[in-house]
Amino acid sequence: MIPAAFQYYRPKDMAGVLAILAEHGDDARVMAGGHSLIPMMKLRMAEVPHLIDLQEVGGLSGISIDDRITIGAMTTQAELIDNDALAQAAPILREAALQIADPQIRYMGTVGGNLANGDPGNDMPGLMQCLNATFTVVGPDGERSLAARDFYEAAYMTGREDNEVLTAISFARPQGGHAYEKQKRKIGDYATAAAAVQITKSDGSCAGASIAMTNLSDTPVFSEAAGAALAGTSVDTSAVKAAVAAMLADIDPVEDNRGPIAFKRHVAGVILARAIERAWSRA
Amino acid sequence: MKDDVDSREDRIANLKGMGCSRKRVEDARFTQGKGNYVDDIKLDGMLFGDFVRSPYAHATIKSIDSSAAMEVPGVLAVLTAADLEPLGLHWMPTLAGDKQMVLADGKVLFQGQEVAFVVARDRYAAADGIEAVEVEYEELPVLVDPFASMTSDVVLRPDTVADDGSPANGAHGPRKHHNHIFTWEAGDKEPTEQVIANAEVVAEEFMYYHRTHPCPLETCGCVASMDKVNGKLTLWGTFQAPHAIRTVVSLISGIEEHNIRVISPDIGGGFGNKVGAYPGYVCSVVASIVTGKPVKWIEDRMDNLMTTAFARDYWMKGRISATKEGKITGLHCHVTADHGGFDACADPTKFPAGFMNICTGSYDIPTAYLEVDGVYTNKAPGGVSYRCSFRVTEAVYFIERMIEVLAIELDMDAAELRRINFIRKEQFPYKAALGWEYDSGDYHTAWDKAMQAVDYDGLRAEQAQRIADFKAGKTRKLMGIGLTHFTEIVGAGPVKNCDILGLGMFDSCEIRIHPTGSAIARLGTISQGQGHATTFAQILASEIGLPADSITIEEGDTDTAPYGLGTYGSRSTPVAGAATAMAGRKIRAKAQMIAAYLLEVHDDDVEFDVDRFVVKGAPERFKTMKEIAFAAYNQAIPGIEPGLEAVSYYDPPNMTYPFGAYVCVMDIDVDTGVPDIRRFYALDDCGTRINPMIIEGQVHGGLTEALAVALGQEIAYDDMGNVKTGTLMDFFLPTAWEVPNYETDHTVTPSPHHPIGAKGVGESPHVGGVPCFSNAVHDAFRAFGLRQTHMPHDHWRIWKTANELGLHDQG
Repeated sequence: MIPAAFQYYRPKDMAGVLAILAEHGDDARVMAGGHSLIPMMKLRMAEVPHLIDLQEVGGLSGISIDDRITIGAMTTQAELIDNDALAQAAPILREAALQIADPQIRYMGTVGGNLANGDPGNDMPGLMQCLNATFTVVGPDGERSLAARDFYEAAYMTGREDNEVLTAISFARPQGGHAYEKQKRKIGDYATAAAAVQITKSDGSCAGASIAMTNLSDTPVFSEAAGAALAGTSVDTSAVKAAVAAMLADIDPVEDNRGPIAFKRHVAGVILARAIERAWSRA
Repeated sequence: MKDDVDSREDRIANLKGMGCSRKRVEDARFTQGKGNYVDDIKLDGMLFGDFVRSPYAHATIKSIDSSAAMEVPGVLAVLTAADLEPLGLHWMPTLAGDKQMVLADGKVLFQGQEVAFVVARDRYAAADGIEAVEVEYEELPVLVDPFASMTSDVVLRPDTVADDGSPANGAHGPRKHHNHIFTWEAGDKEPTEQVIANAEVVAEEFMYYHRTHPCPLETCGCVASMDKVNGKLTLWGTFQAPHAIRTVVSLISGIEEHNIRVISPDIGGGFGNKVGAYPGYVCSVVASIVTGKPVKWIEDRMDNLMTTAFARDYWMKGRISATKEGKITGLHCHVTADHGGFDACADPTKFPAGFMNICTGSYDIPTAYLEVDGVYTNKAPGGVSYRCSFRVTEAVYFIERMIEVLAIELDMDAAELRRINFIRKEQFPYKAALGWEYDSGDYHTAWDKAMQAVDYDGLRAEQAQRIADFKAGKTRKLMGIGLTHFTEIVGAGPVKNCDILGLGMFDSCEIRIHPTGSAIARLGTISQGQGHATTFAQILASEIGLPADSITIEEGDTDTAPYGLGTYGSRSTPVAGAATAMAGRKIRAKAQMIAAYLLEVHDDDVEFDVDRFVVKGAPERFKTMKEIAFAAYNQAIPGIEPGLEAVSYYDPPNMTYPFGAYVCVMDIDVDTGVPDIRRFYALDDCGTRINPMIIEGQVHGGLTEALAVALGQEIAYDDMGNVKTGTLMDFFLPTAWEVPNYETDHTVTPSPHHPIGAKGVGESPHVGGVPCFSNAVHDAFRAFGLRQTHMPHDHWRIWKTANELGLHDQG
């Protein structure tokens, strides 16, 4: 569990970060909280000759709440949980963040790192797809925006280029009821299955629903069809069944130590049904 | 405050002796990060060694090229089997009478096996050196299933095959097949078969007690330092039995035993993982001899989980017979034991399956037979007793599952079935059908207390309602009531039947009283977190009348501590605790003579009273132990040598037999397979209770490790022999988050042969906890036809059970 030798950088500004990235190309990687990358390096599954620590780069953390909510990429999970205004404006974030890793890791682990690493086990990507978030990345040619729902291409493969850094996440203040439901084997574990749900209600029926699933494919799965199956219904048993069926058509889990595919698909359905029920009760 | 004005109660309280919840004296350093573990040891010029390990489970080694590794900055040497062979150290004896490769000798037998030892200036250079060693392997067919291994043409261990191609005799007699290790029997085969054949009711079951691992927080490691000037080897290490390690090192290295000093510093948990001898110890010693410098070796977590000392891996087939009324008449058990590539089980030498023959449990079973077949496979060696006495956890799991299965067969309540079969109080000492003599017990009292405490009838009524609600579609949660009554066999043990490699399993205590009335006591055991420095001082305080706070307990340094066989199998209190009491009584006997002299009366005219000797019938005339200690050193007493010291080597007349009654109440989410432990009640009878607070802590810890094993903790392999659970992400180590609230309770049935009546408790909760959690899972599904489902009961396996019973909405 000793990583190969690497050069460690701790630049003070983004220009410094981008310069190192430009110089070393894909031999360099940025690190936020380090709780995904460092274990991979210690297992020698990731070799990073030039490691750029973002801890001292200013302006990358903090939460601003308006019609849109913006979260700096270096904001830790603990800061998300502690922010009462955010819990008021977008309560699904606190609900989800409390189910990520454990308290010690949440003091180091960041929203940006969780999103940018592209690990299908991470919870934030599915959540941000549910919220239809936009990611801001900065690179040698300046800033650009990417939709969370288009960002994830395959495990550890995202729309961010190697010479770009994720700096901020923003999304419209969510409306209606929410739920983040996650089954895991123990604290700190990745999801066996997790569902992020936002539902709006109008005159007793569902005005709109957004549904994303975690760790059930090699990317997070935004299931447009599942949300559509609820829209216009009273979110009764048959509507929930239809949403679950639509979601099951979109996921593609693999067998691992958590269990075989049949189990994961079944649990995904149960978890989503429970998330819908809870979100609807809050809508 | 002066002694003579304190009340007797005050004087007793002042001692903090037996029965007192004395705070642990160790915790001041442990909670402040001031412990001194092996990896804290740093010596001038110390080097670091680490292993090149096999990625394959079974392969021939064609070549090892270390030339590139030697070019890595900081790498000083790369040792292979070829370097160890001239010293005769490329193989080493195991505790089970087999031998094990120190470094791969032509082939590898499990993934992670030690292939070469890279010695470098620091651990970083060693890690880079490991990457640069080029090993050419040729893969061989992999055997991970012991049943397949027993019929396979593939020979795992050519060294165990005779010249004519037949399996050579092993350490425990004839072998049936080239991948077979031993057959071990207990009890009467033919009578048992007859009883079962003629029985009114017979229940049969086959169960797998999966492979798992003790996983102490601190992994294994050592520092070897050979002083070439004086010829002395000092070896610090994570050793649960430092004296045994010293003897073994001497025997295999040829270094005279007085020139070897073995030191176990603070140990961060052992649970059996640190009993055996590992290649890392041997290689560090050799590397220190070769380089003339101290060499450290420390496992990382994956090394620890994948290579040093697994536990369990028993396939157990049982038949139990009874009358229609439920009186058990016979028990038959066959075990196929997967030992991995080498038989490195840590059992007393005459017991290759440990004390598996305690598998008649708490029940009066007149006829029984046990047969165990050990088998080689392509898995890591080990077979240690993870928080239990030798294979007792397997035995208790077996019988407690068989009782449940018999209850199903009889359509009877499992609590009542236990009750009518318990060994009765008046039957003790009880000679069991498989050979052991249980020293004491009062099972009915414990059981009835437990049933009352949890309102057992109320729980069953609630469960019946739950089943009705489930069938009516009102709930998706089932309720399981797990029961266990366990009997352990601990405190190995009588030298007449317990030895390890010829080393008798006595233990020892040496006491020196200082002139001012404080003391130091040294023992042959070694605490790994059990709190010996706290509890052994309490035993002594009660025995010699000096406050526990004035007694230092020291263990783990073979140059100073008396010889002993170490700490595992709950043997410290039963054996070393007895030695402590006996040594204390020698001190007291001499003190009595001194007191009588000082009080100018006959020896028989004084008697011991808490912290002093008083003249019989004249309590105002006394000498405190403190005064006696001073006189022992400073007053010339005719006929008595100066000083106040004693040593005792204690060979126990029998094992001790702690027992307990556990109840687990669990709700199971049928749709997700998630169990929720609503209640856990644990009644333990460990005989005399030395420190109730430490007992409670032991029970909490043991139950938590039981929960781990029952509900998810395993070392799993794929068909290619790859370890699937080599990190703590996949190897379940529960945190406070996963642990329920435990309710503890007790009865006290002192051991009749132990000087203070204590029986040992560290392992009971694990032994009793595993079947209790597992029985709760089984019980939840009993009404739907479940008889047996293998552990660990993780979410998907519980879900699978529900699925196979047709409890899921398939629509």
